[in-house]
Amino acid sequence: MNRMADHLIIAPVVLPLLAGAAMLLLGERRHGLKAAIGVASTSALVGIAIALLVKSDAASDSPTSAISVYRLGDWPAPFGIVLVVDRLSALMLLLTSILGAAAVVFSLAHWHRAGAHFHSLFQFLLMGINGAFLTGDLFNLFVFFELLLAASYGLALHGSGAARVKAGLHYIVVNLVASLLFLIGVSLIYGASGTLNMADLAARIPDVAAENRSLLEMGAGILGIAFLLKAGMWPLCFWLPTTYAVASPPVASIFAIMTKVGAYIVLRLWLLLFGAETGESAQFGGEWLLYGGMATVAFGAIGTLAAQDMARLAAFSVLVSSGTVLAAIGMGQVAVTEGVLFYVVSSTLGIGAFFLLIELVERGREPGANVLAVTREAYGEDDDRDEDEDQIGLAIPITMGMLGLAFIGCALMIAGLPPLSGFIAKFALLTAALNPIGTTQGGSVPAASWTLLVALILSGLAALIAMTRAGIRSFWAAPDRAMPRVAATEMVPIVALLILCVLQTIQAGPVMRFMRATAHSLHAPQDYVRAVLPPAEQQARKAGGT
Amino acid sequence: MMEIILSLGIGALAGSGVWLILRPRTFQVIIGLSLLSYAVNLFIIAMGGLRTGAPPILTTPAAGDPSLYADPLPQALVLTAIVISFATTALFLVVLLASRGFTGTDHVDGREPEP
Repeated sequence: MNRMADHLIIAPVVLPLLAGAAMLLLGERRHGLKAAIGVASTSALVGIAIALLVKSDAASDSPTSAISVYRLGDWPAPFGIVLVVDRLSALMLLLTSILGAAAVVFSLAHWHRAGAHFHSLFQFLLMGINGAFLTGDLFNLFVFFELLLAASYGLALHGSGAARVKAGLHYIVVNLVASLLFLIGVSLIYGASGTLNMADLAARIPDVAAENRSLLEMGAGILGIAFLLKAGMWPLCFWLPTTYAVASPPVASIFAIMTKVGAYIVLRLWLLLFGAETGESAQFGGEWLLYGGMATVAFGAIGTLAAQDMARLAAFSVLVSSGTVLAAIGMGQVAVTEGVLFYVVSSTLGIGAFFLLIELVERGREPGANVLAVTREAYGEDDDRDEDEDQIGLAIPITMGMLGLAFIGCALMIAGLPPLSGFIAKFALLTAALNPIGTTQGGSVPAASWTLLVALILSGLAALIAMTRAGIRSFWAAPDRAMPRVAATEMVPIVALLILCVLQTIQAGPVMRFMRATAHSLHAPQDYVRAVLPPAEQQARKAGGT
Repeated sequence: MMEIILSLGIGALAGSGVWLILRPRTFQVIIGLSLLSYAVNLFIIAMGGLRTGAPPILTTPAAGDPSLYADPLPQALVLTAIVISFATTALFLVVLLASRGFTGTDHVDGREPEP
């Protein structure tokens, strides 16, 4: 392995940092140059993520070689901070960079001029997200979380306005409190186990003394609350819909991955620390994830039905998506994890595209039209019956046609209907949940699986109803509405995201094989521990243990 | 004795912080956040074990008995946490002022509750 390839691991953190810092030095008016740097940096990130993904997937001969470790300052693992790339990290990096590239290109039309330092903040946000996906150290995770949150505070307020400032105020307070909980959890875990390195922690948990075990579980629980708040689990999610709905579209689109950061950490840490082989603490808190996730799905589904505009509808779909992910993680089975990884990719791409699309669709309408429309519907007033005759033979403008097709694509992805990948994801997830043994050999299906099935199907139905209603209101409206002016740079990212969904559908076989390998390595945390800790350390531990 | 005083201090700070965060005025919320972060910082130090007069770095070139030294890691963590909470508090202060400017009130919901 040559030296340059090793340093590629830290590039997803360093590159956005340098790009963002360089843009701070440029003058306020140099939008063109800043845009060029932003696009160059995010597209380089896509390339780096693909390289890391190929690298971690190619090494299939032994389980540990799929995990590459980058030791900062070359300090050995439990003492220094490590960055770890395995299949899951590489996958999430790729997802982030694709969504980031789409959002940056979309913002070039006009959103990046709506406030100061958009591109810098965006790069810092990418840096924080990438760091959180890469790090193998709990406190370093806190630092990256704070980085991404600090950037997201700025981005949530991008474009300013009373509604954004009000939602941003709530968002900041909730997340600051969550950060303090994060710190309490981290320090409790440190006090109980004496380490902050995730791999070292996983190796130590089976041997934690009985009197420290409740302290450790308390720490893990408090830490979990901090992550679940970011992932938007009910009842910790009331800040989310408003913040996401009022954020500017490119920002909301990249925020779609931020709930997945919380879910990623839960997936990673829970399986690493409380996997099947960790002795007394095994599967700690799994039921909370399962039932909390289902409650989130239910809350999100009701929210999508009640939403009066598309932005809120999309924000509640984020909740449904993260609830599904959390509930499925809580099942704690390899096959379900496979399905959930597939679902994460498809739902994040779909929701990201939808957030971008909303603004284009709503551009031609006067504000408040949605509320009027829904109210009219509720009171049974129908005012456009007499317009039917003049609409026959009216050509649909190409812009509206494109927007309509993209809208249908998003609706299929979010509701999980065939033929797009949202359906395959839900199908894989539910098949696995209903066959807990892994084969179709009879056996009773646990009640939790049935509940999950019902929750997922009903949430899909709710999403479909809500999307159809929103679609009818905006696409089948009276023809005298102003035609939205859409720039090519705004349409291309949406189409690209949807094409990726189509590709994911066509290539479902290879993608599913990758997800299977990922899920299997996640459920075998000893490989992760072995890859991160140096051999000498493990020898010492084994000698001490026996 | 030191343990009791420290835990009482943490408790008082955390209790006042939580109460203030739940108040409806933005200024109370920001003071509450600051108090809560002081409580958390003290808590991190306490989790490293309390010891008086023990240096956190080795004083002689030869490695000594670790029980004579304070745990340096929580102190490093606290430094980071202080810096981060300072930065986020400053940022929140800006948003607080912006919100005051937009809505003309210091209520967290941006409007006065109906009497």
